[in-house]
Amino acid sequence: MEAIRTKIEVAGAGLRPVVGERQAVFEARDVSVFYGDQLAIDNVNIDIYQHLITAIIGPSGCGKSTFIRTLNRMTDLVPGARLSGQVRYRGIDLYGPGVDAVEVRRRIGMVFQKPNPFPKSIYDNVAYGLRILGMRNGLDERVERALRSAALWDEVKDRLGDTALGLSGGQQQRLCIARAIAVEPEVILFDEPASALDPISTSAIEDLMHELKRDYTLVIVTHNMQQAARVADMTAFFGLEVAPDESRRGVLVEYDETEKIFTNPSDKRTEDYITGRFG
Amino acid sequence: MKISHAHEDAALERTRGWLDRIGDPVLRAITFSAAALAVTILGLIAYELVSGSRLAFRSFGLGFITSQTWDTIHNQFGALSLIFGTAVTAVLATLIATPLAIAIALFLTELAPKHVRSLLGALVEMLAAIPSVILGLWGILILGPFVQNQLEPFLGSTLGFLPFFRGQHSPTGILTAVLILTIMIVPIVASVTRELLTTVPSELREGALALGATRWEMVRGVLLPAARPGILAAVALGFGRAVGEAMAVLMTIGGTIGIHLSLFGHSDTLAARIAGQYNGASTNLQTSSLVYLATILLVISLAVNIGAQFLIKPIDRRPRRQRIALDRAFEAQGLSAD
Repeated sequence: MEAIRTKIEVAGAGLRPVVGERQAVFEARDVSVFYGDQLAIDNVNIDIYQHLITAIIGPSGCGKSTFIRTLNRMTDLVPGARLSGQVRYRGIDLYGPGVDAVEVRRRIGMVFQKPNPFPKSIYDNVAYGLRILGMRNGLDERVERALRSAALWDEVKDRLGDTALGLSGGQQQRLCIARAIAVEPEVILFDEPASALDPISTSAIEDLMHELKRDYTLVIVTHNMQQAARVADMTAFFGLEVAPDESRRGVLVEYDETEKIFTNPSDKRTEDYITGRFG
Repeated sequence: MKISHAHEDAALERTRGWLDRIGDPVLRAITFSAAALAVTILGLIAYELVSGSRLAFRSFGLGFITSQTWDTIHNQFGALSLIFGTAVTAVLATLIATPLAIAIALFLTELAPKHVRSLLGALVEMLAAIPSVILGLWGILILGPFVQNQLEPFLGSTLGFLPFFRGQHSPTGILTAVLILTIMIVPIVASVTRELLTTVPSELREGALALGATRWEMVRGVLLPAARPGILAAVALGFGRAVGEAMAVLMTIGGTIGIHLSLFGHSDTLAARIAGQYNGASTNLQTSSLVYLATILLVISLAVNIGAQFLIKPIDRRPRRQRIALDRAFEAQGLSAD
């Protein structure tokens, strides 16, 4: 992976010039995750770069979600889950001693597969994170800015006090993005953010991701290859490997620029998956 | 190729067996009569109570409710002191039990290790299975002496400047009854709350934690608000239980008439008075007065129940549903609902 230097143009590069080589935000080194005795992902090594959108694709059960959840220590919440190897975030081992998972999640936001607004008003959904993190000055402005960044403001500005559960699925997901943006994270992780949405809402989310990448580093897990091709600068293909004892585990098969992955993959398994010959 | 229709000559008439055919009407009849029975019984009970209390109502009228007297020698009866005793014991027990029960439920759903959860949960629910007469007995034998010798002297010396914690120390009294009632309703509120918390989707918990919330912030800001209507209903259920409990209160409260502020003093409740005096009532008027008390108790219980249902019901349910439907309809056409 070290061989990859900045070649492709990064959208929004005019705002934040990328000089020289890309800066890695995450460096995963020999990352394996176990659920109890079960090995879920095996020895993943990957660098994720700043201000790019990195997509993680692969068949069901290959550990895409497991991997993305190691990046903000959501893995901790699964009883019996264990991680070996290192996930470095800006050079700091996320699982090292003295690292606080709550602080990690503050810097690295997450949007989930199923829109999960809190049963509160639209305003309070966005303000919730700000309040718990003590970012109380200029609350109204922060809420408005987050909703604008999530391209939701115009639809909800006249009913901020209404319950968020009354929004459509696509609006709810954009609200969840606004909620994540509001606390000013550095990275936003998307775990299949559009899999529960209709095509129009999906395309709204994808447009939004293009906007967001100017200010944030984005990682998206998706089962939809077209989506990866549309939004991502870099794409990682995870595959399933069957061990001699028939147990299955996810491995990182190939990681490269999206264009290369989809037009000229180096690994036969990637090619088979991309062209639909998987299985 | 000739397409052959199966059963070409079979008309669409019923071929099911006799038993199969009467299934639906029978089911409807059984379920309807079961539902009707419940309503009928409630109606009958209300009728019996009203007719049984007619004598007392004729003698004392509505003044019965505002009179403190309960004088079996001069045949003068009133409910106020008992209503007071009922309200004080039930409210205090609910106030103490609610935070305890919520804490237990939170521990069982959010914090306890998996294998502890089911064991401890079962034990808490077993607490609810203890017959109230046994709790009453325990109240007399163990809790009463503790209250008299430890708790009341302690409260008197630390909080004695308040009128609630003055007076003679006694093994029976409002405080003992309140503690017994608390023990009775904690498991009810805790187990219902636990059920409710497990129904809150884990996505909500993850959503809060992913924002950098601590566990406590997640519980306070997301989990409890999401479960709030149900928890209120659980608390109302516990309160109703405390209002209606007769035996354990009868055994521990002291059974005297009068309104006073001291929690150390004796008192009595509607339910305990009815249970304690009905068999020994010496006059028809006393019996009728006890039934009058029962009528008041029933009205209070029903009011608590109805109040709880109002609490649970989200006030804007219909408009919200309509709003969602409207949103969907607009969105289907690629429009915004505004």
